[in-house]
Amino acid sequence: MIRFTDVEKRYDNGVDALRGISMSIEDGEFVFLVGHSGSGKSTIIKTLTGEVLPTAGRVMVNGFSLNKISERQIPLMRRTIGVIFQDFRLIETKNVYENLSFAMRAVGASPKAIKQRIPYVLDLVGLAGRSRRFPHELSGGEQQRVAIARALVNNPTTIVADEPTGNLDPARSYEIMQLLERINRLGTTVLVVTHELDLVKRFHKRIIVLERGRIVSDGKERPIRPVHRWE
Amino acid sequence: MSKGHNFSYFIHEGVSNMFTHGFMSFAAVGVTVACLLIMGTFTLVAYNINEQLHRLEQDNQILAFVDDSLNDLEARALIDDIEGIPNVRSVEFISREQALDAYISQYEESERDIFDGMEASVLRHRFAVHVTEISLLGETAASIDAVDGIARVKAYEDVASGFVAMRNVASVVCIALIAILFLISIFIISNTIRLTTFDRRDEIAIMKMVGATNGFIRWPFVYEGFLLGLLGSLIGFLLQWALYEFVARGVSASDTMQLIQMVPFSQIWHYVAAIFGLSGIVIGVFGSLTAIRKFLRV
Ligand SMILES: Nc1ncnc2c1ncn2[C@@H]1O[C@H](COP(=O)(O)OP(=O)(O)OP(=O)(O)O)[C@@H](O)[C@H]1O
Ligand SMILES: [Mg+2]
Repeated sequence: MIRFTDVEKRYDNGVDALRGISMSIEDGEFVFLVGHSGSGKSTIIKTLTGEVLPTAGRVMVNGFSLNKISERQIPLMRRTIGVIFQDFRLIETKNVYENLSFAMRAVGASPKAIKQRIPYVLDLVGLAGRSRRFPHELSGGEQQRVAIARALVNNPTTIVADEPTGNLDPARSYEIMQLLERINRLGTTVLVVTHELDLVKRFHKRIIVLERGRIVSDGKERPIRPVHRWE
Repeated sequence: MSKGHNFSYFIHEGVSNMFTHGFMSFAAVGVTVACLLIMGTFTLVAYNINEQLHRLEQDNQILAFVDDSLNDLEARALIDDIEGIPNVRSVEFISREQALDAYISQYEESERDIFDGMEASVLRHRFAVHVTEISLLGETAASIDAVDGIARVKAYEDVASGFVAMRNVASVVCIALIAILFLISIFIISNTIRLTTFDRRDEIAIMKMVGATNGFIRWPFVYEGFLLGLLGSLIGFLLQWALYEFVARGVSASDTMQLIQMVPFSQIWHYVAAIFGLSGIVIGVFGSLTAIRKFLRV
């Protein structure tokens, strides 16, 4: 479960990126986080991965209170979250299989566990048979699937995606969203940040709308604001 | 994080990092070798001077000659006075007869007949005095000279004070150099490893993202530093050995330096190896730790 209570973030340069965010996401939920550029979406993601410290307010992530968390516990907290980015962030010198085994080894998985887990995850994201390919030998959509597989490989309870479809064409974007929805149905909490309201409207999910560091709408209804406000 | 499969991973990563930056690794090892060599050379010079001083201390540094007016018994009784002087480690009475015998025995047997009929009375009774601290030799000699019944004192002060001065200079230079060179070596190794961490910043970011502990992220780099340091100390040791043998041979072949007796390398190689190994490893590990410190914050 993720819970923000009156969270504020002011960056060192004086920018107020978050101005009192309160929200909670239950286990197993699928949530879209939308808002125009600079509204604070990435700051929320970075706050819940512990990359950015809030200036005020309380943050709970999967049982860890990020206000009180010790440096030693941060890695344990991060293992409960799988993160996906717009630019995939795969290691170019490693093939698909090695990219995944690298992520597993980093948290101390045994070779046996690695061998068992990777084919399952690759199959789940529809990349069975691509394991020896290098990132540059894959399409953008396939690369993002590898990134999703990497986020899933350590079996996190939550997946957080910051504009996962930003670099993909509409058809590929829709497929990626479908994949995330399927992963959600298998029991993983999913939080997706996106610009693409057209895409969001095709899924009947909870939508949190952010505007200049504040939540202006939260619910399953369509957001009241016109689409062009976010483009 | 002590699992076997992790350890082999760290070794593999550490070794391959080292080869990826061939030139920088070469430079880092070279600097470590140079630093260890300079450090080692000064230390060995200081050590040899010190050994030389100990040897001098064991020789008779002070000979105190007894006034001829004293009879045998009176002369021998002076030993108590001399033993009471500070810094005197041991006193040995040498009678005229013993002194004569010792004197004659310096010569080849065939030449000894020239001393036939030589009276022991031409020599004086004497005390051979050993001191504890050679740098106070002058003061001690003066105190012995002041004892009633001692006619004359002979101390090998010039030689001794020369060595003491050398030892003091060598120790100061040694400590200063060791400190400076240690820092330089750590700095260079640290920069080499910083290159690797820069190369691997994407991988480090991913490791942190998926929840690797700082310890896990750190190990391959520490291992790389460890290997660089160890390699440096190994090469440094071999060169130091060669240098030492070369100097030792030069010293024993030279006429003017016959006085100096160098400790054979075979007697001290294990100390040298241990110190070189330890220094190399400390330099390497410290270097890598400073290089990755800033990468591991949040
Ligand atoms: N590291 C930083 N230092 C200073 N200011 C920052 C930093 N990161 C973000 N900001 C500022 O904080 C505000 C929110 O940024 P954030 O990245 O959260 O927006 P976003 O909603 O993700 O935007 P986008 O849709 O363009 O990705 C912006 O005004 C941005 O300029
Ligand atoms: Mg953003």
